[in-house]
Amino acid sequence: MSAASTAEAPAYVANTKVGRFTDFVDERVGGSGILREFGRKVFPDHWSFMFGEVALYSFVILLLSGTFLTFFFDPSMAETHYAGSYTPLKNVEMSVAYSSSLDISFDVRGGLFMRQVHHWAALLFVASVAVHMLRVFFTGAFRKPREMNWVVGGVLLILAMAAGFTGYSLPDDLLSGNGLRIIDGVIKSIPVIGTYISFFLFGGEFPGTVIISRLFTLHILLVPALILLMIVVHLFMVVVHKHTQYPGPGRNDRNVVGYPLGPVYAAKAGGFFFIVFGVIALMAGFFTINPIWNYGPYDPSPVSAGTQPDWYIGFVDGALRLMPGVVSDFHFEYIIFGHVLTLNVLLPALVPAGIIFTVLFTYPWIERWITKDNREHHVLDRPRNAPTRTAIGVAGFTWYSVMWAAAGSDLIATHFHVALNDVTYWLRALFFIGPVIAFVVTKRVALALQRKDREIALHGRETGRIVRLRHGEFIEVHAPLDEYKRYRLVGFESPAPLPAQPNEHGVVTRKENRRAKLSRWFFEDRVAPATPAELEAGHGHHEAVEAGEGQRTLSH
Amino acid sequence: MGNHSDGSPNHSGTVATAGQHEVEKFQDPGLPPHRLRLADTDPKAAKRAERQVAALFATSVVGTVIFLVAYFAIDLGDDSSIATIRLQNALLGVGTAFAMLGIGTGIVHWAKALMPDHEVSEERHAIRTEDDRQAAVRIVDDIVEETGIKRRPLIRNTLLGAVALAPLPALAVFGDLGPRPDDKLAHTMWAPTDGKLKRLTRDPDGTPIKASDVTIGSAFHVIPEGLNELHEGKLNEKAKAVVLLMRLDPASLNPSAGRENWGYNGIVAYSKICTHVGCPVALYEQQTHHLLCPCHQSTFDLTQECKVIFGPASRPLPQLPIAVDDEGYLVATSDFNEPVGPSYWERDEHERSINS
Repeated sequence: MSAASTAEAPAYVANTKVGRFTDFVDERVGGSGILREFGRKVFPDHWSFMFGEVALYSFVILLLSGTFLTFFFDPSMAETHYAGSYTPLKNVEMSVAYSSSLDISFDVRGGLFMRQVHHWAALLFVASVAVHMLRVFFTGAFRKPREMNWVVGGVLLILAMAAGFTGYSLPDDLLSGNGLRIIDGVIKSIPVIGTYISFFLFGGEFPGTVIISRLFTLHILLVPALILLMIVVHLFMVVVHKHTQYPGPGRNDRNVVGYPLGPVYAAKAGGFFFIVFGVIALMAGFFTINPIWNYGPYDPSPVSAGTQPDWYIGFVDGALRLMPGVVSDFHFEYIIFGHVLTLNVLLPALVPAGIIFTVLFTYPWIERWITKDNREHHVLDRPRNAPTRTAIGVAGFTWYSVMWAAAGSDLIATHFHVALNDVTYWLRALFFIGPVIAFVVTKRVALALQRKDREIALHGRETGRIVRLRHGEFIEVHAPLDEYKRYRLVGFESPAPLPAQPNEHGVVTRKENRRAKLSRWFFEDRVAPATPAELEAGHGHHEAVEAGEGQRTLSH
Repeated sequence: MGNHSDGSPNHSGTVATAGQHEVEKFQDPGLPPHRLRLADTDPKAAKRAERQVAALFATSVVGTVIFLVAYFAIDLGDDSSIATIRLQNALLGVGTAFAMLGIGTGIVHWAKALMPDHEVSEERHAIRTEDDRQAAVRIVDDIVEETGIKRRPLIRNTLLGAVALAPLPALAVFGDLGPRPDDKLAHTMWAPTDGKLKRLTRDPDGTPIKASDVTIGSAFHVIPEGLNELHEGKLNEKAKAVVLLMRLDPASLNPSAGRENWGYNGIVAYSKICTHVGCPVALYEQQTHHLLCPCHQSTFDLTQECKVIFGPASRPLPQLPIAVDDEGYLVATSDFNEPVGPSYWERDEHERSINS
């Protein structure tokens, strides 16, 4: 592009070798334009924006360490007798996949380290994607224009779990083999096609001789390629939207306040890659993860007590544990038209995960429909300033956590010396009432925090200085906030319920009535931000402000 | 949220903001004044930060050296001990951690202490302008017009049909991923071959079990005779055929009609594959006569023919009918009378065909 200007202006000639080289490349790819666009692009800064970076960086580390592992791993299920240097398993019959995993651990220098880096990075990858999504949810960052990027994030979460599960099964050890056994059992419970899917996946009966190599192809080719594609789409949309920012003085929906990409933001984000790598290396060096040599090769007969899946599969496994197979005399497995419907497996395996991901994917549109809010939002909500949304999020998180805890019901029982059956009964109860309690408590806490913010905005912060007045009264001196700090506490929006609106024919539809009800449920308990008038009126008069608050808070 | 200052009043279709009209709001005071850091005002502090950054980069070099030393100096040899591997692994970890954290913390410290920390504000631009939209619509209209696809529905419809059908081969081509299930899940190795009953043998060595070896309270992990000699599909057969053998006081067993002869002197054999999702039901609680699956804690009561008494399983464990041959060894008198392991869509059909 820049070469086009040569007709009029004399061509630019660089003085140094590096300069000439750079110019050569620049003339052919137009790097100057890219740098002009992005070199000083502004990024807002906040610690909670790091989770997405952690996810990206652990994925890079996964690619690096995983590539190393593929050079030594052999995904074959052919039988062999172990001849490596781990003595307890000498001459034991096992698959080539397991044997080569042992070789990576014991006979390849740095192999164990790479395996540990890879496994820890995988755990961190899924965890950081999940925490990043929680951050996005609780701050309302999924709102217009970012709904589609939220969906891409949800797809990435599923892909991350798929990558984790396919990789976890590869060493063909006893623990992961039992994991596959469970997957097989779940697949077989699918009506009509379950048996066929199982036979197609395993190339015949379980365990067969092909599953490891098939999972290997998925794990090193298809899933990472999809993840990479989704990351590109994700980051592309981040550039299009520009980053969100937390509310504060000087920040609004029309600007973006932060550090320029070069040098500060690039340095911080780039340096952070090395920090993530360093932390993963520390964990890999000192904390054993997945010691496959302790488990032995896969054999359908033995199983160890206290088996656990990797953490992100835990909620499905926990749901499987919580579901009762028989309630008094009612069997959840029954026969319809001569075919078996095994709801005691099908329901817990598919329904909770189905509900979680359906709500996750559709939530931006649900909230948009209830609030009728079609504006773009680039300034985030503090979670307390959206009490109902925050409560929904915590309720969902609690539900997930109950199932996740259930995956360790046996370990809870043995570690805390309680009866296993009691742990299950309690968790079954919490499965239903936990989210309700979490919703109510969270909403109240959020409202209370909003009231505290009002209080501080109007009365200043407590100084801890007690002063005795002339007539003997003791008061604590409150220091007024400066206008910047106050704006942090009052600069938010507190929408009121939006009553049902007639449509273009002047009719209030039934759907619109339902929406209005949900809107009331969403917004009826609200604390409005403090106003200058209140600050004026309440100056030094606590009671007056309380009354003012009472009027403005439209809670029922 | 800062949008109250954008001057746009509520128009229909937006959230009604509380008392927007009657209550005046706090005005955005704008960005707070920039506060200088110590390193901005005190050259000594700046120099100190500079040295700290350099020191962090130096630790990274140390880390790289540790890694290389650990890699080359520690010899795993032919029979490396666990201790050697652990030492090498820890040193590789420390080396990498120092190498990476040194660079990372150094750069971040540099950015935070020495690079300008002025926050700047940039305008956001509309993601899509109305101008662009109209231009795009015109372009699309032109393209559609030039293809003539609206005027020539025959082309459009045949194309749609072709495109809809084209992926079918891509699906069909996966047809050989696995064989048809048929009734493979309904049978195990326990079925007598050529009229010869299969002995119960120990897992994993395959030695046969005499009835007299099985004392009250004992339990055996059992595989069928001949399993270890299989060359192909050994694990497949094992995954269906493994059995738990236990001996109880015959008085505590309550066999139902038709099952009186399935045990021998209080010795009973049950499938070890859980009817829930197929884990091995490996835990035998001798005192309570319960079998527990360690994966999802389904619990089966031996004294009630392995009825489910707790957990997610819905069906009892299938029982293997056993007897004693003329040499005193335990044998299976037939295959299981129902498919073992987790349920599947055709299971009931298979069970009926076994029993007919």
